[in-house]
Amino acid sequence: MFTDANKKRATEIVALYPKAHSAILPLAHLAQDQDGWLSPEAMDEIADYCDTTAADVQGVCSFYTMYKRRPCGNLVVSVCTNVTCLVVGGPEVLERLEHKYASDHDVFVEEVECLAACGNAPSMQVNYEYHEHLTPESAEQIVEDYKAGRLVARGVSGGLA
Amino acid sequence: MINVTIDGKTVEANPGDLLIKVAQENGVYIPRFCWHDRMKPVGMCRMCLVEVEGIRGLPPACTMPVAEGMVCHTETPAVKQAQDDVLEFLLVNHPLDCPVCDRGGECPLQDTTLAFGPGESRFVEEKRHFEKPIPISDVVLLDRERCIQCARCTRFADEIAGDPLISFVDRGGHTQVLNHPDHPFASYFSGNVVQICPVGALTAKPYRFRARPWDLATVETSCGQCAVQCRGALQSSSNRLVRLLGVDSDAVNHGWLCDKGRYGFEYVHSDARVREPQLDGKTVSWPQALDAAADALRSARDLHGAESIAFLGGARGTNEDAYAIARLAKGVIGTDNVDSQLGDGLPAELILGVNRAAIADLDTAAAIVLLAPDLKEALPVLHLRLRRAALECNVPIIDFSSVPHGLTREVTHALAPLPGEQGKRAEQLVGALNGNAADAIVAAAAATIAGRSGNIVVVLGRSNLAERSDATVQAAAALAGLANVKFLSALRRGNVHGALEAGLAPGILPGRVTIEHRDAVQQVWRTAPEVPGLDAEGILRGAIDGTIKTLVLVGADPIADFPDRALAIEALNAVGTIIALDGFGNASNQRAKVMLPVTMFGEKSGTTTNLEGRMQRVNQKVSPEGIAMDDWRIASEIALRLGDDFDLELVDEITAEMIKVSPALAGATPALLASSHDGVRIPVREHATEIKVRKNNAGLLDGEGAVSWEPIKADVEAVDVELATHESADESADESAGEAGAAVIDSGETPSADKATITAPTAEASATVAPTAASVLLTWNRIAPSVSLPGRDAYAVRLVSGPALYDHGNAVNASASIVGLRGPSKLLVSAADLQRLGVTNGTEVHVASAKGAFNIAVHAARGITQGVAQLAMGGERGANALIDVGSSATDVRVETIQ
Repeated sequence: MFTDANKKRATEIVALYPKAHSAILPLAHLAQDQDGWLSPEAMDEIADYCDTTAADVQGVCSFYTMYKRRPCGNLVVSVCTNVTCLVVGGPEVLERLEHKYASDHDVFVEEVECLAACGNAPSMQVNYEYHEHLTPESAEQIVEDYKAGRLVARGVSGGLA
Repeated sequence: MINVTIDGKTVEANPGDLLIKVAQENGVYIPRFCWHDRMKPVGMCRMCLVEVEGIRGLPPACTMPVAEGMVCHTETPAVKQAQDDVLEFLLVNHPLDCPVCDRGGECPLQDTTLAFGPGESRFVEEKRHFEKPIPISDVVLLDRERCIQCARCTRFADEIAGDPLISFVDRGGHTQVLNHPDHPFASYFSGNVVQICPVGALTAKPYRFRARPWDLATVETSCGQCAVQCRGALQSSSNRLVRLLGVDSDAVNHGWLCDKGRYGFEYVHSDARVREPQLDGKTVSWPQALDAAADALRSARDLHGAESIAFLGGARGTNEDAYAIARLAKGVIGTDNVDSQLGDGLPAELILGVNRAAIADLDTAAAIVLLAPDLKEALPVLHLRLRRAALECNVPIIDFSSVPHGLTREVTHALAPLPGEQGKRAEQLVGALNGNAADAIVAAAAATIAGRSGNIVVVLGRSNLAERSDATVQAAAALAGLANVKFLSALRRGNVHGALEAGLAPGILPGRVTIEHRDAVQQVWRTAPEVPGLDAEGILRGAIDGTIKTLVLVGADPIADFPDRALAIEALNAVGTIIALDGFGNASNQRAKVMLPVTMFGEKSGTTTNLEGRMQRVNQKVSPEGIAMDDWRIASEIALRLGDDFDLELVDEITAEMIKVSPALAGATPALLASSHDGVRIPVREHATEIKVRKNNAGLLDGEGAVSWEPIKADVEAVDVELATHESADESADESAGEAGAAVIDSGETPSADKATITAPTAEASATVAPTAASVLLTWNRIAPSVSLPGRDAYAVRLVSGPALYDHGNAVNASASIVGLRGPSKLLVSAADLQRLGVTNGTEVHVASAKGAFNIAVHAARGITQGVAQLAMGGERGANALIDVGSSATDVRVETIQ
């Protein structure tokens, strides 16, 4: 369920579009920023805002891998292993983080395709904030900084969550 | 028209038509999975790739509109290679479990692979696996690994049904169809996705593993669950009905069925069926039962006069049943206390006497005026046709409903009258069309109508059973005064229109005439009533005050179906003798002296008439349960015992006699009915130009084997028919009866081929049989009753009530697959009223009217006006326990339970 502040925000987002149906994606980001994942209940609520059915919202959202349909902890760490990152140490970053946080339910480490940050490879995102020029050690330090609250992600929906 | 060349043959086509359709209409089948003629093209499966000269690559024929001079090839090596490749890819993941798959034997993927496929696959990788099957609703199961992602089901749910409760989830190799975990695919139309699925991914729980397609025998018939009478292919195996598929009828159902129709035939084989005649509760032989029934009727007539006998019902069987019952009641016994409606309809003079619309008229209407109950509940496939008219044909809908309903989203102008004020609001709309707008909403509605050309089609039914029909009649009277107005009846009961046409209403005789025009029936009937009798309410009140002493229930259960249950119970307890013709025991016939078991859906042949007055053949598929008999045979046996020999032995003989005495049917013959495509509309002469006859005269679908997943259409081309002429009327009557016999004995001999000539009397000739149609056919006098609404108590809410699709009738109760779909009754009120009560959604409250009281859960519903409450009919907590049929509104008190 959206918080009161996010309900207000959701109404504002819906009003931006000629058709309420168009607000499915921004509302899904809002829900995911709030809850850390996109729950069936959230999809149901989004359907009400967007004048459609929960099945429709589920169909749209399941197309995009950025929407997590299972709880995945507070930090989503996306490590790129595409060509450029591959040759300058991306897989090593991934291996280090996967190993380190294998049993940490608060951190979800995933391998992703190109993040379009090849200029400063290897790169990763933590809750969709970019971090580049990584080594396994610096990557681990960055995740630790997020865990300790020294770094804070702005959120995909505009930092309102 | 433009010219297109397909495989070297130049054909004519309409610009904008899709290539795949143009090819099919000209004998070239392009294989496809996703394309369906009744849905928008999507180009998903790539099976219909063809070569078009001048276009690079191979475009899909299903998304390619034809253009002048287009040259298309469907059998070149490039096309063949593409077909091989597409099928090889589809079979990468599709399991080869055909021997255990319900679709095996009638599977489009199987057939297409055989006809167009590569024969072998190069893929050796493991196929995808899913948990199987998963239920996506209470009746539909999904085997995801079989799905080929054609999107037929999801498009149907969204485009046609308007219930987008299933959609594609995930992507790439993981793509699957799913519902949301909290919302099953609970659509009234869910069974259609099983029929149009091109593989065995979607299967119906009631049919799964029940039969193999090559074991099925098929007849074409009409569904009898509601007055739309969708065409269907009824299939049986080992003398049991196992499946009903929708047949694509342009005129009626476009191939769709509702789930009640599709799965609700199970009651036919229910253990609860009455299989043998009963006398005073004991099983007896037919002669004993018929003797007892005839004795009871004879002594009642001799002792108390014919007027002491009343007939209720007759809307459940065929036209022939209704006609024979009408002849028994009015022509043998001589009573006019006959009503096939149970206080839940509209006056017969109105329905029979207005300018009637066809369902297809909705698509071309200037505007649709909705003065009807929630069609999604009452007449589901008519709901689909209205939805299509609004969304595809952009016809504006002007709504007179007091509460939200299935089409609320499609409504253009909601006039939102309070219950009982439909008449007043209709008069305001008519006023606005004449330049005197009462408010902005009627002004806007009038402007919409005035801005379009065509007919105004009024969908006319009982919008509220918790009030007398007066307000609706008043509204109809106002609207009938407009130019270019046509009425599409929205009465619900299966064959109620056939029953009304056959004379099962007070003051009415067969063929749309009043009892003043007795001459037609009196050629055949011994007598005919001279004074109009009582309607259902009058009959029940007569039973209470003692004037009605004998009641014949023809498949009627007034205690369950009459809007005022208390009155019905009192009447059924008071009446002296009850004779019941029914397939089931029920509250009303439990103390019947004689119980006569009748045949039901799929067990009898004849004709039925739907809400647009379309008369079509229905056909028998299985032998009757027990020793049940057709209603018409029972009626003629009883008549024989009362000294009047009908001399009718075949159902076609009754059809012929019914046509002979019915001015509105003049021109039809049993042979014409058997071979006509989409039947005939009544009055037959007015619609003669619409009649088409199937070329090969087989008339109906082939008897054997499976029917296709494609829109199932009659397999032959239709040709126009002219109602031929005859020298003398008597001769024509004899001959049509003779033809009927021929059609039954040897259909091969009936005239066929290109020039179909069906014998029928001319207008002049029929004048000697019955006066010419136009001069005698009933015309509604448009007399509007005055409506005086009782003052409303500030603490009461005014009730709006209509039927629910999954009601408490036998078709649902005795059909195991759908009885579980019936939800609990609930009272719907506005959020403001819920707040006033101080309770939350779903709390049980106490509702009470002058007639009854019970506890029921209350819910707030969007779109309900404050002071109005909605409650469906039927069951322990149905609105009929609260309604006073004598009052023009039902006000109920809603109180919290302490």
